[in-house]
Amino acid sequence: MSSSEAAGPSPSSALAGRSEFVSSLLAVVLALAVGAVLILAWGASPVTAYAALLDGAFGSWNSLGETLLRAIPLTFTGLAIAIAFRGGTFNLGAEGQLFLGATAAAWVGLAIPTLPAPLLIPAMIVTAAFVGALWSLLAGVLKLRFGANELITTIMLNYIAILFVSYLLRGPLQEAAGYLPQTERLSANARFPALIAGTRLHLGFLLALAAVVLAHIALWHTSWGFKLRVVGLNARAALNAGYNVRLLTLSAFVVSGVLAGLAGYMEVVGVQRRMIENLSPGFGYTGIIVALLGQTSPFGVLAAAILFAGLQVGGSTMQTASGVPSTLTTIIQGLVVLFVIGRGAVDLFLARRGAK
Amino acid sequence: MDPIAFVTDPVMQGFLQATTRLAIPIMLAALGGMFAERAGVLNIALEGMMLAGAFTGFATAYASGSLWLGVALGMSAGAVIGLVLAFYTVKLTSNQVVVGIAINLMMIGATSYAFRAIFGPGTDAPRVTPFPPVNIPILADIPILGPLFFQQGVLVYAAFVLIPLSWIVMSRMSAGMAITAVGEHPEAAETLGISVARVRTLCLVASGLIAGLGGAFLSLSATGLFLDNMTAGRGYIALAILLLGRRNPWGIAAAAALFGGADAFQLRGQGFGSGIPYQFLVMLPYILTIVVLIGFAGKGRDPAALGRPFQRNRAE
Amino acid sequence: MTSAIGDGPAPLDLSGITVRFGSFTANDAVDFSVGRGEIHALLGENGAGKTTLMRVVAGLIIPQEGTIRIDGRPVRLASPLDAAAEGIGMVHQHFMLISTLTVAQNVCVGIAKAGRVFPDLAKVARDLEEIGARYGLQVDPHALVGSLSVASRQRVEIVKALYRGARILVLDEPTAVLAPQEVDGLFRVLRMLAEAGTAIVFISHKLGEVMALSHRVSVLRHGRLVATKPTADTNPAELARLMIGEDLVLPTVDGAHTPGQVAIETRGVSLRDELGVTRLSDVSLAARSGEIVGVAGVDGNGQQQLAEILAGLQAPAAGAVIMASPSGPVDVSRSGPGRRIALGLAHIPEDRHHTALVDMSIADNAVLDSIDRPPLARRGFLAHRAIRAFATRLIAANDVRCTGPEQGVMTLSGGNQQKVVLGRALAHDPRVIVAVQPTRGLDLGATAFVHRQLLAEREKGAAIVLVSTELDEVLALSDRIVVMFAGRIVGAMSRAEVTLERLGAMMTGQAA
Repeated sequence: MSSSEAAGPSPSSALAGRSEFVSSLLAVVLALAVGAVLILAWGASPVTAYAALLDGAFGSWNSLGETLLRAIPLTFTGLAIAIAFRGGTFNLGAEGQLFLGATAAAWVGLAIPTLPAPLLIPAMIVTAAFVGALWSLLAGVLKLRFGANELITTIMLNYIAILFVSYLLRGPLQEAAGYLPQTERLSANARFPALIAGTRLHLGFLLALAAVVLAHIALWHTSWGFKLRVVGLNARAALNAGYNVRLLTLSAFVVSGVLAGLAGYMEVVGVQRRMIENLSPGFGYTGIIVALLGQTSPFGVLAAAILFAGLQVGGSTMQTASGVPSTLTTIIQGLVVLFVIGRGAVDLFLARRGAK
Repeated sequence: MDPIAFVTDPVMQGFLQATTRLAIPIMLAALGGMFAERAGVLNIALEGMMLAGAFTGFATAYASGSLWLGVALGMSAGAVIGLVLAFYTVKLTSNQVVVGIAINLMMIGATSYAFRAIFGPGTDAPRVTPFPPVNIPILADIPILGPLFFQQGVLVYAAFVLIPLSWIVMSRMSAGMAITAVGEHPEAAETLGISVARVRTLCLVASGLIAGLGGAFLSLSATGLFLDNMTAGRGYIALAILLLGRRNPWGIAAAAALFGGADAFQLRGQGFGSGIPYQFLVMLPYILTIVVLIGFAGKGRDPAALGRPFQRNRAE
Repeated sequence: MTSAIGDGPAPLDLSGITVRFGSFTANDAVDFSVGRGEIHALLGENGAGKTTLMRVVAGLIIPQEGTIRIDGRPVRLASPLDAAAEGIGMVHQHFMLISTLTVAQNVCVGIAKAGRVFPDLAKVARDLEEIGARYGLQVDPHALVGSLSVASRQRVEIVKALYRGARILVLDEPTAVLAPQEVDGLFRVLRMLAEAGTAIVFISHKLGEVMALSHRVSVLRHGRLVATKPTADTNPAELARLMIGEDLVLPTVDGAHTPGQVAIETRGVSLRDELGVTRLSDVSLAARSGEIVGVAGVDGNGQQQLAEILAGLQAPAAGAVIMASPSGPVDVSRSGPGRRIALGLAHIPEDRHHTALVDMSIADNAVLDSIDRPPLARRGFLAHRAIRAFATRLIAANDVRCTGPEQGVMTLSGGNQQKVVLGRALAHDPRVIVAVQPTRGLDLGATAFVHRQLLAEREKGAAIVLVSTELDEVLALSDRIVVMFAGRIVGAMSRAEVTLERLGAMMTGQAA
């Protein structure tokens, strides 16, 4: 981004050998340290709180299952944002795409509940992907046709989508009983089988892994991914090289929307078994920092998704065990990202020390 | 029926008062954003600055009993975020958007955590008595203008003062010229003896102070309470206001008034059982934002160095 | 030329200045001084260290070794402010002006001379008019800089330096942006300033100008000072030898001109920019196979836009772009670069970093415009081995100095980056080449390489449109030359008909 015209190496190049993985790990440790201070400020013991967090996240088959379960939507939204990012666009709209995709999938599941699972499940998947893609495409068209900055439009589209879903769940799609803003339960045909007996982890996890592998192949081993990365790095050079930059940008929006829609689908069929108003505690937004921590690489996204899922799942255990509010984990997540971006500070510091 | 009776109608009066009340926070955030963007820094963190201002202002006022102390500390909280943003974008030349988003996401958690830490997880929402409306004698009775401008809380008047003040700073003072230089051509600014880093840092601090005031307005003037994520995207809407107002204080004020009007309209609509589901009414400002972006994006001219980190070239 | 060069300690005296960037020494123990009322030319080819030395004087680079004396007093120039405080005024090649501020605001921003908080712009305007009257430097103080012509902006830069108290004026390649007639105007101003006692450093690589203007000349080569001589005691041939170090002959076109069919042409092309300003009007230009058409003109007269329209980066508002194809001429006005590349177009853009290269490896950049072609990709999947092999061949054929195809392209020197761009453009036997400033920023060796490559493509039958503001380059390589002024083609001639006078008149819009 900053193109320094000065000759000679940049200050950080001497340290380029240091792996990004180590600096990400360092960022996590630092964020946890700041979290410990906040726990102390709350009046609890960081050791107890973190022990509870760790136990809640990875301590048993059941908690591990819960963590991986939580990692499914985060992996999908993280991939959604990472791919958009690679293509040079900021898709902050994963949250809205997730809600609309989930609602549409639930609607299909409820409209034809008796369809056999091998037909119903693909029908729901396609619907969720399609609707998520459409909503994302809208932001893409607004950007390309009118120059409307997708940073702002996607956030606005999130609010609009979530309000629209709220209307549907309190109106046309509301359960017959009419108490809660939610749909009827999905039929057994629409659900996923459990992956590990005794946990809630379902088939969706394997699909998330498959999505990671596919995204990796698409980005690094296809000419589409190559061109998308070129567009993200330098759209003008991409145009000059003869690429259809608008189409590539739109494709990034579409792929991103498909993945976000699938995140919503996974929550509906794998966790809630119906569409509810509070389906997502901000998966679309957490996906942004998952993508950033994962260096916008698919395998990095998977690791970051599991880490943040563990933080979130363990956070509830921590709240029960030590009273520390689970929102602490939101702070830790944000700090992790700020520290990862801030690793430049460490480089600057070391370069200055080294210069003396 | 008297054709002009509607202007003195209490419903209309309330609508006009509400328009201003709802316009002020986004106007302040946009004014804050203006200083950052004119200096070449995209301030996506307006949302987080507002949230910090709203929470800090509320907590301080609640603990001390002084609304003014709340305002001061709320603004300072915004300024601290401005400093953090400056550290990343000016010192480390990080991607301005990425840092802003990370800050926003973190502030949602941080204010929520701190709120629970201070007030406990109870269901009883703590309250402070907000700034009461102060009617300006005579002027308050003018139809339309009275409720719009002269029947407001004292922070509204403060916000009004900031508009011409910002305009004077940007168009008449050497500070404004320096900010323009840094936003347009940072390399040239350096040769003119202007420190790009210092100007951008100060602009981000100013940005935080003003956006923090906008946040404090939400909790201390508009409502008297703090709710999780109570800014609800106003910081992002402010970015659209900024475009619509062409990064000019008067333009920003006018654009904010339009949004305040839309917001007041939808609130009224909810109250009067129009038959329209409330969700569609609540959508109105968000839809309006998109409409504005469609209509005005790319029409104005961005500062040439907007979003571009600046690095001094020096031999080591 | 006669001029009273003042006695006493030199206003600016550099001794033993050494600047290193990593392992690269940009300035190696350079001594340089300029006296009161003296115009001292600093000569050297691109990369010789002129700009680095100038940045030292400007306070933008602190040298590792050496002393800077102002009026005999050692000083430390740690910032542009320090330099300005010592009376050093810079006129950079890329103007340091804020286009959204007025002239008056530009000259007084950042200093307290007109008022620390509320600057008195009316007073600034009066001061500017006074300076303008004294040196023949008229500028409208209230005009927005963005609305001024390039020559006016240069005057603003000089006025700005004088307003800010400059006694030592450093001009970096000031004639690069001017037409020949405008150069005369600048020289008059500089002579007047020198007679009034200003010390002037004139940085250039143009021998004629140096001979015409300066009292003394110093030559830099590879960061070292190789000579300082009174201008009267030297001659262009000697200076050229000193500058280049050896007798390097640039290739020129042979003049045997056997053009074939029209390969690309524009018909009545017009273009307005986003602000509604007309950039091109009714431009018709044709290039035939086997010829080089040089597009000359002062920078900013529409050449850039014409090149972008030829390359497909912009669509014309009116008119058409036609390319030859095996099945006859095709209108490509509405198609982007992709279609044109398929029809055999290669573009060597002016701005490598923004238009040609991506922050990826050399290999990735080498295949940037051919990634869809087998064997580089098959059925949409990348063939990494074929890509590597292709890049390795490109590196070898163009003598790109690098550690291998995996090296990041942005870590290469400018010359090697340009070799990657050139190699890629010529790798697929283009039928049409649009080359814009293809040698800007390159040293003479690399320049010669680029010229040879373009001539070789001409021999092979490519139609080449060469856009350059370097008249020498256009004159050396072109079979035909067209001149652009204010968005129009104001003249066309074969290389036999060219005279410098005609060219100069056309470049300033004085002749048809």
